[in-house]
Parts: sequence; C-alpha cells; structure tokens
Amino acid sequence: MELFRYTAHQLHSKLKNKEVSAVELTQAVLDRTDAVESSVKAYITQTRDTALAQAKAVDNKINNGEDITVLSGIPGVLKDNICTKGVKTTCASQILAKFVPPYDATVVEKLASQDTVIIGKANMDEFAMGGSTENSGFHPTHNPWDVNVVPGGSSGGSAAAVAAGEAVWALGSDTGGSIRQPAAYCGLVGLKPTYGRVSRYGLVAFASSLDQIGPITRDVTDCAHVMNVISGYDAKDSTSINSAAPDYTKSLTRDIKGLKIGLPREYFVAGMDADVEKAIYKAIDQLVALGAEYQEVSMPHTEYGLSAYYIIAPAEASSNLARYDGVSFGHRTEGTDIVDMYKKTRSEAFGAEVKRRIMLGTYALSSGYYDAYYLKALKVRSLVKQDFDKAFDKVDVLITPTTPTPAFKIGEKSNDPLAMYLQDICTIPVNLAGVPAISIPCGFSGKLPIGLQIIGKPLGEETLIRTAYAFEQSNDYHNRLAPLGEVK
Amino acid sequence: MDYETVVGLEVHSELKTKSKIFCGCSTSFGADQNTNVCPVCLGLPGVLPVINEKVVEFAIKAGLALNCEILPFSKFDRKNYYYPDLPKNFQTSQFDLPIAVNGYLDIEVNGETKRIGITRVHMEEDAGKLVHSGSIATSDSSLVDYNRTGVPLIEIVSEPDLRSPEEAKAYLEKMKAILQYIDVSDCKMEEGSLRCDANVSLRPRGSEKLGTKTEIKNLNSFKMVQRGLEYEVERHTEVLEEGGKIVQETRSWDEANGMTVSLRSKEQAHDYRYLPEPDLVPIVVDPAKVEELRRNLPELPDARKARLMADYGLSAYDAEVITASRAMADYFDETVNCKADAKTAANWVMGEVSKHINAAGIEIEACPVSPTKLAELINLIDKGTISNKIAKTVFEEMWTTGKNAATIVKEKGMVQISDASEITGIIDKVIADNPQSVADFKAGKEKAIGFLVGQIMKQTKGRANPEMVNSLLRERL
Repeated sequence: MELFRYTAHQLHSKLKNKEVSAVELTQAVLDRTDAVESSVKAYITQTRDTALAQAKAVDNKINNGEDITVLSGIPGVLKDNICTKGVKTTCASQILAKFVPPYDATVVEKLASQDTVIIGKANMDEFAMGGSTENSGFHPTHNPWDVNVVPGGSSGGSAAAVAAGEAVWALGSDTGGSIRQPAAYCGLVGLKPTYGRVSRYGLVAFASSLDQIGPITRDVTDCAHVMNVISGYDAKDSTSINSAAPDYTKSLTRDIKGLKIGLPREYFVAGMDADVEKAIYKAIDQLVALGAEYQEVSMPHTEYGLSAYYIIAPAEASSNLARYDGVSFGHRTEGTDIVDMYKKTRSEAFGAEVKRRIMLGTYALSSGYYDAYYLKALKVRSLVKQDFDKAFDKVDVLITPTTPTPAFKIGEKSNDPLAMYLQDICTIPVNLAGVPAISIPCGFSGKLPIGLQIIGKPLGEETLIRTAYAFEQSNDYHNRLAPLGEVK
Repeated sequence: MDYETVVGLEVHSELKTKSKIFCGCSTSFGADQNTNVCPVCLGLPGVLPVINEKVVEFAIKAGLALNCEILPFSKFDRKNYYYPDLPKNFQTSQFDLPIAVNGYLDIEVNGETKRIGITRVHMEEDAGKLVHSGSIATSDSSLVDYNRTGVPLIEIVSEPDLRSPEEAKAYLEKMKAILQYIDVSDCKMEEGSLRCDANVSLRPRGSEKLGTKTEIKNLNSFKMVQRGLEYEVERHTEVLEEGGKIVQETRSWDEANGMTVSLRSKEQAHDYRYLPEPDLVPIVVDPAKVEELRRNLPELPDARKARLMADYGLSAYDAEVITASRAMADYFDETVNCKADAKTAANWVMGEVSKHINAAGIEIEACPVSPTKLAELINLIDKGTISNKIAKTVFEEMWTTGKNAATIVKEKGMVQISDASEITGIIDKVIADNPQSVADFKAGKEKAIGFLVGQIMKQTKGRANPEMVNSLLRERL
C-alpha cells in the first residue's frame, strides 16, 4: 500500500521503526497531492517548504534517539478558518483572500508542540456557511469517491484531502454538522467535541455559541490521538471548559457490554434514503450483537431545531462578520465615503450564501423582530437541549444517521438553499445542545459512503470513541479506500 | 407658561486598570499611536475576549459607592453599529443585565440636599480615536488610533431627576469626586476619561408627563455641560412658547459658536441589534466578595465633609470645597495630622495652595510644598514667628526652592519683630518724621493712621507684628 494511505498511528510505527523517514512520508503525501489535486481541489494554500522543514526536524529527533509523539512528523491539513501565523487564512472568502494572521490559533500551537507536519490550508464553504464546499469563494472541492459529487461541507476540503491521500489527518470546524457531514460523505471519522472542550481561540468565528474545532481522520484510533493533542482548557477562550482532558486512547477498548443506545425516532425523517436507513438499522443490530442494549427514545423538539439554528447562527454571524469592513485588514473596495466603501467592499467580496445569512441574522435581531425570532429561537434551543437531557437519563448514547442521504451531485442543490439546509437536520440539534457527536463509516449506497452518527452526553467523548471503535473494529468500512483510479 | 426642566445624564468614565478590558494591552494615555494594541483589541479574525477581573471589581466598587444593588448575575452583550474607530463594528457592553442598578447620589443645591437616582452602572469597552489633519471637515482622510480601543469604561445612567443645568453640574462634580475617592477613575475630562451625554426635556410645571427630549453630545467639560443644557432649555422654551414641537433627536454642542446643532433624528437613530455576547460567560458575583469590597470602600465625600465639619469646626462651604477632590482632602488631612491648626490649614489649602497649583496647572499630589512643610509654615504663623503676610512670601519661596519654612525665614531674616521696645523705637522715629500725618490724625482724620502704619512696616520690611504696631502707635499718639 502507498505510504499516503496509512493511518497516523500506523505511520507512527513506521517512523519509530525507521522504515520510513518523516521527510519521505511528507514527500509521498506531497507527490500524491500533485497527482490528484487538480481533480479534488482540496487545498487553498499549500505550505510545502515549511512542511518539509518540520519533517526534517522530526527526522533529526528520531536520529538523535529522542522520543516522538504519535502525530510527530505526520502530515495533516487545517481548515482555512483556523489562524496560522504567517500563513494566509482566508475562510475561503475573497474578503480575506490576502489575510495573513499575526498569531497562531491555540490548536495550531498545540499541534506545533507535538511536531506535527502541516502541509496546507483546506478549502471550505465561505466562512463555514454551507454543506457542500460549493460556496468557497475560490473553487469547489470534489469528492474522491466520485468527483462529480460534493465532499460535503463546510469542512469539505479537509475531508476530501484525507480521503484522497493528500493528508493523513485534518482539522475541521463544526457549527451545524460541518465536520460530521463531510466525514460521512467521504467515508471518514469526524468528531464534533463538546462545546468548550477544544479552544476556539484563533478559529475565525461563524456562530460563536455553536462553533467547535474537531478532527477528521481515517479511523477512530487517529481521532483519539488528534483529540489528545487539541483538547483541554485554554485561558484565552472564556467558553473553554476548565477541566483536564482525558487520554482518549484509553477508550479504544471494543468493550460496549451493557451500553445503552437510543434511537430517536424523530431523526428518521421523510425523504431519508433507503440505503441510509438500512445501514443505520444494520449498525444498531451490530452494536446490540456486541452487547449494547437498544431502545427507542423520543426527542419531540427535533423538528424545530433546524429553524432555531437558522435564526441563531445567522444572528451571531451577522455580528461576527461585521468586522470585514475594509478598514484595517482584508479586502477593500474604495468608495466615495466611508459608507460607500463599506457597501462596495462587502457587496463585492462576500459570496451569495454569506450575504444571505448576514441579511437573515440582521433581520432577526432588528428592533421589533428580536422577540419573535431571536428570543424565540433561544427558547427552542433550550427545549432541544432538554430533549437531550431527558434522552440521556435513559441511554448513554444516541444513534442516528449523520445525513439523510449520501453525497449529492455538484450543482444539484446550489439553487435550493432549503434543500441544502435539510442535509444538516440530524447534526444541527447536537450543536444547539452543545453535546459531542462522532460520524463513522457504516456502509455504502452504491459507491458513496454512509455515515453513522453517535451522540454523547456533555464531555462524553470517551464513550463515543469506545462505541465507535467497537463498531469500527467489527467492520472493514474504514479500510476501504476512495477509488484511486477515478480521481483524475 | 412656566416650564420645568428635566435632565438625565449618562456619564462615561474610563477605569484606571493597568490593562484593557478584554486583553492584556496597556491602558496608558499618550502612548505613540497604535502601540498599545494586539490581535484581540484590533478585532482580528479568530480572536476572543477574556474579561479583566479588575474591571468587574472597579465597576462593583462604583456601584456600591453610588448606593446601587449589585446584580448577582449579569452579562455582556454586543451593541452593533458601524464606525471605523470600532474594529469589530460592535461594542461589547451590557444591555439588560448590568452589573449594578437602582442607586442614588446626593447633591447640594442652594444649601439643600437633593437625592438623584442612578438607574444603572454597566461595563463596556471604549472605541478608538479618529485622527485628522486639521478638522474632520477639511481633512481628506481619516486615520485611526486603536490605543484606546478596549480601554474599560463604566457608563452611569441617572434617572431624569435633575431639574436645572446647575443641578446637572453639581451632579457631575459629585460623581467625579466619588469615582476619584474610590480610586477607580482619574476622571480627567480633558483626557476623555470622564465624558457626559445629557438628555433634556421641558414640561409644564406640575405635569407628571415627560416632554419630548433631546440628547446633547460632545460636552467635554463641566462648563460645557452647563452651557449646553442652558442653551437647550432656552431653545426648547422658545419652540414651545411659539406653539412648536420639540423633535426627538441627538444634538451636538458646538463650543465655538455656543450652540447645539442637530446630529441625527430619531428616525436616523441606530438600531443596535443587541445580542448576548456569546464569547463571554455571564458574570456571577460572589456576595461575599461584594461585602468585602463594601467594607473596604474608603470614606466617601459626604462622610468626609461631615467629619471635617464635626471634628475641625470647618464651615459647610469650606468642607465642601476641600472634600470636592479626594486628593485635596487628603492633602488637608495630612497637613492637620502634622499638627497644623485646622482652620488655618483650610484657609491655606483653599487659598495659596489652590492658587499656585491652578496657576501651574498641576495636580495637588504634585504640589512642591508638601503637607508636612505647609504644617511647619502654619506653625510659624501660629507661634507669631512670622506674620500671615510674610508667610505668603515664605510660601512663594518654598514653592520655588523647595526649602522648608524655617530655613527661609532664618536665611532671609524674616522673623517677625514682636519686641515692644524695638517697635516703639521705630514708631517714635516715624512720628517724628511725619508731623503732618500726626496732626491730621489728631484732627480726626482716621485715614492718616494707615499711612503711619505703612511707614512703620516699610522701615521693618514688613516684619513688625501688625497688631502690636497698631496698638502701640495708638498709644503713642
């Protein structure tokens, strides 16, 4: 098997055993990128030179007999809304096309402390608004399983890069499903941690009360390793949870005897793909066979989650994105006066979806509409959260599809934002409640992967990893590779 | 018709914390442009605020000193509006749950105490400053200095309890004194660390219903507040007398022309689209902490004034003047603690000391004559070593040279002549030299004695004890 196809923990053994050097590994991934990037288009920025320098430093450590950590020397990619000092961070927006942050996000500092190799910044829906990466201000990304379908979004570049062998692991961000949905579409593992488990410092905000950074990897073991590096309290993020993060690899046990799993019947919506539904029930059967106890639960406010989300997230976004005004950083279009400059700058450099959400959010917060929209949405959010609290009184984890259908064709939903929004129906309530959830591969519909979502209690990442690992190890979905030959 | 003036004030006060409200940048005034900045206060993509605990503490102290209730649960909100000095285009402030509510402060007007309600005290961040070459009207560009961005502010909103421009001025003076006493703000209006917006309306006397108000901005000194309000009251009166209607609007005080001008109408007012600040957690205040802060509050102006009157027998006026600033009251107390007579000390602090620091444009803390040295000077007067008049010359010398009073008196031979025989000798000589004046006095011209006293003081270079000169001269005549 080619080097770029292995998982991080497998490659770690190869580095430690000196079967391969970190520079050789990085070069192999870069060569792979050269071969497939023109058909996948996962990247916005590649950082080849610094990646090779980082790899060289790891080789020096290995050759000096120093200890290295699991992610040392393993090439990964960051979603382009995570700030990197001295490296462009665009959020896939023309308004930040030339923005170079003067500081590193906390997760980037943490990754650097582990000597990881960062080979670039991944494409995404502009400001993380979208579910297909078609809303990128630069170019769409293609799904390595079928270049005619979307990789999902908004972390579509991160997922496509890992699926295509252009990176071994990736960081994404998830506001309403933006890690889990592309992981599902690309046959990968994606974890949205508990709100506050991973620092948001340096993550360019979309909807601050919902955003979380998390890993996209080829298997659950890699997911646990990346979580070990990026989790934990950060004094720079006031919403960060002030408790030590556990060693997530200790949950890689396969033991789920007595685990109570719940199926929320409201998640099986009309319009769900038959293959998806079949795959989920099959997964439940497998989990039960492994010792889990199954029951149906009801989460009656689920159907209102999507509406509440499309008030709350745009409202926060309308405020978060107000700073892109052309004054002190980012794109500026000159105008006759300051207001004209604001208007021209923002009209020209924001894409249609971003403008749509800014308008939605501005409207929802306007005097006279606040109570009817924003305040009501906050109340719905509380009810959605209560649904989870009640469900978790009965069960340890919830099992749902990650998305109602597999990945759709590029362009298929471009002119129908509502249809696009519906793809997030199973993932959005998780962000509203702030709980963690993981998506893992659980089958195929034709040649396209299907994702299984496992939702946990607040700070229940260990249970998620344990459940996901038990399921993964009883199947071989994670070992199936995106059809290399079709990627041209 | 007889109208009643109704005024409410919004005071913004910069808190004197070392670092900004949401980042570690310095708050120092007068630094080079855009040097006290970091990604957080510049509002760069991806940054997050972290509350400076000192700001919460200072705001609670202000709330307590203004007799407010401290809310155990308060939060920050975003106030959204576009302006180039506001890098995020929203100001992180407090909306529906401010840190302190329902307080009051007492002001003195025409010898009577009046209680003015305080609606709320809330915390917020300051904006940056636009810099123009020349004036904003003629400059072809605006530059932004972000040093002030994120400096902590408290906004103190009064109830519409003030009834005249004079009351508004008294309220501001008291507010400034209180904030300085509790050491949370420098309250320097010229540096912008104390700012004030005024809401004013008129209503027929006896009416309960508030009239339409206008808000006045750009009031940069206590005097401007008073003049701006006076102008608005007059303008409102004229409009109403002519049967017109006041338009609800924001007006700006134009100091050069002594008038207010319309800035924006109610229709043009911003819709701030407040939303809870999702990047900060709510502020949960520990009641024990509040009690600790309450216990440690220093003596406030009213209590201090009462003490000066009771302990030292100062008049209400003198005690008011001295306690108007904590620094002056501290200077006074220290002088008295150095065993100076309190009434003499009060006269000196309000007289020579104030005159000199005002002329030099310095704060009383920087006065080159320390309270200890002033006390020594006062003691020389009380012992009769020097006269009050000579003492002023000595004070002048102390101010410029920094020497203490006794040294100056000794070096310059300024000791008062209180020896009767020595004075008598001089009197006799002056009587002999000025027969005409003596004759005039004896003829009933009381004024002539003044001339003779003047001659005696001239002979002694002002050192003769004036009381002795007076009585001995009358004896000899």
